Amino acid sequence: MELFRSHVLVCGGTGCTSSGCQKIIAKLDEQLEKHQLEKEVKVIKTGCFGLCEAGPIIVTYPEGAFYSRVEEKDVERITEEHLLKGRIVTDLLYKDAVIDGEIKSVDEVEFYKRQQRVALRNCGVINPESLEEYIAFDGYKALGKVLTEMKPEDVIDVIKRSGLRGRGGGGFPSGLKWDFTAKAEGDQKYVACNADEGDPGAFMDRSVLEGDPHVIVEAMAIAGYAVGADMGYVYIRAEYPIAVDRLDIAIKEARKAGLLGKNIFGTGFNFDMEIRLGAGAFVCGEETALINSIEGKRGMPRPRPPFPAVKGIWNKPTLLNNVETYANVPQIILNGADWFAGIGTEKSKGTKVFALGGKINNTGLVEIPMGTTLKEVIYDIGGGIPNGKAFKAVQTGGPSGGCIPADHLDTPIDYDNLIALGSMMGSGGMIVMDEDNCMVDIARFFLDFTVEESCGKCTPCREGTKRMLEILDRITEGKGELSDLDKLESLSKTIKTASLCGLGQTAPNPVLSTLHYFRHEYEAHVNDKKCPAGVCQELLQYVVIPELCKKCGICAKKCPVSCIDGVKGKEVYIIRQEDCVKCGACLEACPFKAIKKG
Amino acid sequence: MINLKINGFEVQVEEGTTILQAASKVGVKIPTFCHDPRLVPHGTCRICVVEVEGGRNLPTACTTPVYEGMNIQTESKEVVQTRREILDLVLANHPLDCLTCEKSGRCTLQDLCYQYDIKETTYVGERKDFEVDESNPFYYNDQNKCILCGKCVYVCSQLQGTEAIGFAERGFPTHIATPFNQGLEQSTCVSCGNCVSVCPVGALMPKSKEKFRYWETKTVRTTCSYCGVGCQMDLVVKDDKVVGVDPAMGASNEGLLCVKGKFAYNFVNHPSRLTTPLVRKDGKLVETSWDEAYEVIANKINETKETVGADAIAAFSSARALTEDNYLMQKLMRAVVGTNNIDHCARL
Ligand SMILES: Cc1cc2nc3c(=O)[nH]c(=O)nc-3n(C[C@H](O)[C@H](O)[C@H](O)COP(=O)(O)O)c2cc1C
Ligand code: SF4
Ligand code: SF4
Ligand code: SF4
Ligand code: SF4
Ligand code: SF4
Ligand code: SF4
Ligand code: FES
Repeated sequence: MELFRSHVLVCGGTGCTSSGCQKIIAKLDEQLEKHQLEKEVKVIKTGCFGLCEAGPIIVTYPEGAFYSRVEEKDVERITEEHLLKGRIVTDLLYKDAVIDGEIKSVDEVEFYKRQQRVALRNCGVINPESLEEYIAFDGYKALGKVLTEMKPEDVIDVIKRSGLRGRGGGGFPSGLKWDFTAKAEGDQKYVACNADEGDPGAFMDRSVLEGDPHVIVEAMAIAGYAVGADMGYVYIRAEYPIAVDRLDIAIKEARKAGLLGKNIFGTGFNFDMEIRLGAGAFVCGEETALINSIEGKRGMPRPRPPFPAVKGIWNKPTLLNNVETYANVPQIILNGADWFAGIGTEKSKGTKVFALGGKINNTGLVEIPMGTTLKEVIYDIGGGIPNGKAFKAVQTGGPSGGCIPADHLDTPIDYDNLIALGSMMGSGGMIVMDEDNCMVDIARFFLDFTVEESCGKCTPCREGTKRMLEILDRITEGKGELSDLDKLESLSKTIKTASLCGLGQTAPNPVLSTLHYFRHEYEAHVNDKKCPAGVCQELLQYVVIPELCKKCGICAKKCPVSCIDGVKGKEVYIIRQEDCVKCGACLEACPFKAIKKG
Repeated sequence: MINLKINGFEVQVEEGTTILQAASKVGVKIPTFCHDPRLVPHGTCRICVVEVEGGRNLPTACTTPVYEGMNIQTESKEVVQTRREILDLVLANHPLDCLTCEKSGRCTLQDLCYQYDIKETTYVGERKDFEVDESNPFYYNDQNKCILCGKCVYVCSQLQGTEAIGFAERGFPTHIATPFNQGLEQSTCVSCGNCVSVCPVGALMPKSKEKFRYWETKTVRTTCSYCGVGCQMDLVVKDDKVVGVDPAMGASNEGLLCVKGKFAYNFVNHPSRLTTPLVRKDGKLVETSWDEAYEVIANKINETKETVGADAIAAFSSARALTEDNYLMQKLMRAVVGTNNIDHCARL
């Protein structure tokens, strides 16, 4: 084996790929060759570091130096100064990696310090296209242990005792699901992995597949052994080309190494797997729609029961778990159920990955122990709200989750607490909103998504969500009535209780939670025809404050529709509201802040 | 056996029975749009929701299997409220054309709106706006009236086995269409009309040449005379005139028909249909009795056989006659008359 004195990890996730990591790697190779460092420094293209916004990212070991937003021109300096002369290029480091002149290694950076990486443990650490590197980090050890030392029922018992719950949204106890599938009658069984990841903004599953694809291969083989399946399907959206490629490579490598296929580890256990590409419909993440789609049918949910564990793919018992759920499995097998159950809260064990986004300083992927409070995630890890704005709400659970206001920021994150707040865990989207967000507009935004993504099968969801959206549209246009709020509530109830699948059953959540916590904002739109946050265009008014107007006429010059009247130096300017198109140009132009929006 | 309660009635049913089946056993009627016992349960329309004690949501009666000790209410306040809301939503996207709609009188939507007192929708907003597909010679597809119960799609794929139609688009714009919206004429549709027969509303309708209201008609159960399958069907009759055909649940057809049974009934009342035998007298066809007609035929056959030989005689029979009749026809020709000269219109 070759030994290197330094490893340079370059993030090759989707985020950093689009910000140009390919070029950085090429440049690094060129520079290393130029300085004849190829035998001393190894460049490794890894999976996602979770801080895509700061990409392209380079981390060097052994120092743990954390370079962010690296540009091609920076590579020369990093090579000459750091890799050749051993001097870290401080000004290229990540913003929080130098505190009071002291250099912090990547693990000490605030963003990573409080995280605990179980599902993401290999992401940004190993080369995802190398089976050897996965094995060097204990890969396939759990599969070996399971096949040679454990009976299927022992495996299920460990998963049950670990307290692992589904990370795909529902939070169903995984051990129970494995048990149901194992006990279901059938000459053929399947295991399947849900990598559809339809929540806008969520990318934890993609990151696992891009950064550590073998963990899914290994976990599915373990699951196959536990439930008695010899075939696995990974359903993954075609919009994830890098994840698809890396998983494909992993499957082929595993097959070549005898880790998939017949008689694995000489134990007589057979298991193989295939990838199925989805076309990117949100509803295809719903388990029965996903099964229809795998079978080549239109992705529409089926009634449950029968549950997939009894009648799944081609009506055979099928175990379906989410990517992140599977990613925990090998660690649970290796470290034991008690280790996993020791992390988290009473009913939610282990860690959870969240995709932090919206009005927050550090957007990206974070993995935290269950029970961490919302506040810790948003302020300590996420770095708080940018530009000194006030926090208003955090939306968890993706388009079917709810908005949680400031009073509840001390809530420890777990499945049950989020549901009690009218939201949910979902797949781990976490979008932060500040004072500039209008909650009616936010609810409308999420509902717009579900209306688009409803499969159209059942009446309450197909027709009902559309009518809710129309009502919200009217409210944001100032055409709402007070009775609309009651209508929204009663319609929500029908959609939640009578829809066929989880999409409809949760679609009203953003509306219900904002109506619950921010009813005053709705009332302002309806009664006063005002949008307190100044977001809803139709309700905005730009007005000149006469006392502040210096009659300079600059605003009138800037107005694209010439709707500001006045006489320069003589008369205060006035905006003709009926003609104003609400572009905001005057507000920006006025040097005396004499124009207000409201 | 499983014991449960429906609206307070004790019921005992076998395992695997659905709530809908159990309810019908005790005479409790639950409304349905999309249910058809011949199809894989699909739970599309949600009108059959019921309340189950201790349940979180309202499950659909047509898909939910019963369990021991289940306590079901089929017309509770919440159930009725939900059904009314669903009907309200359906009507918000449905033309209220009952005055001229040919489905009026046997339309499930009309019936349920009547039952649950929904006079009009409480919503204003976008409505469907589709062109009616009239390209098929026997029936049309008016998606403006479709409530997307899915029955037509599943009947065509699961029972008819043709898969000519399916769901197009998703969400609110979802509609029933042929592949690439090419229209029924261009599709693989064989015009069996089985989709038409199951449509609960006026979306899939026969191109009727008669004006009639269902309450003016009576039905006459009969056997289709076109082929040996012997499908059972109900003739829809107004003033002694056949104005339509509905499939019946016969042992050989289980509520299905083919294009002939479903649509080719106009001959029954056709003005040029022969209702008495005709013989040629002095170069003119005149009406006669069956006895005379048979006598003429028998005499001519005997005469021709003797003078020219049996092979000068041929017989031609109709596909409209029963398979058994056609069999007898050839038997008569071969065994009695002594010729193989037979033919049949189905060959043409
Ligand atoms: C509309 C809808 C979309 C869903 N999308 C996803 C998804 O993208 N990924 C996922 O893992 N689960 C998704 N789910 C949840 C799945 O139905 C299913 O519960 C999950 O994959 C089971 O795996 P788990 O038990 O490991 O969470 C979705 C559910 C609904 C109702
Ligand atoms: S709830 Fe919505 S997405 Fe789910 S089956 Fe019904 S229409 Fe489709
Ligand atoms: S908002 Fe735009 S259109 Fe309206 S007054 Fe100002 S500049 Fe003119
Ligand atoms: S389909 Fe039914 S409800 Fe609709 S117009 Fe026709 S009769 Fe009336
Ligand atoms: S007429 Fe028959 S073949 Fe044609 S769409 Fe209807 S069911 Fe299918
Ligand atoms: S056309 Fe008729 S049968 Fe087909 S989905 Fe629409 S309402 Fe149902
Ligand atoms: S409906 Fe068609 S299949 Fe049935 S008996 Fe008549 S001709 Fe035969
Ligand atoms: S009849 Fe049960 S869902 Fe339609």
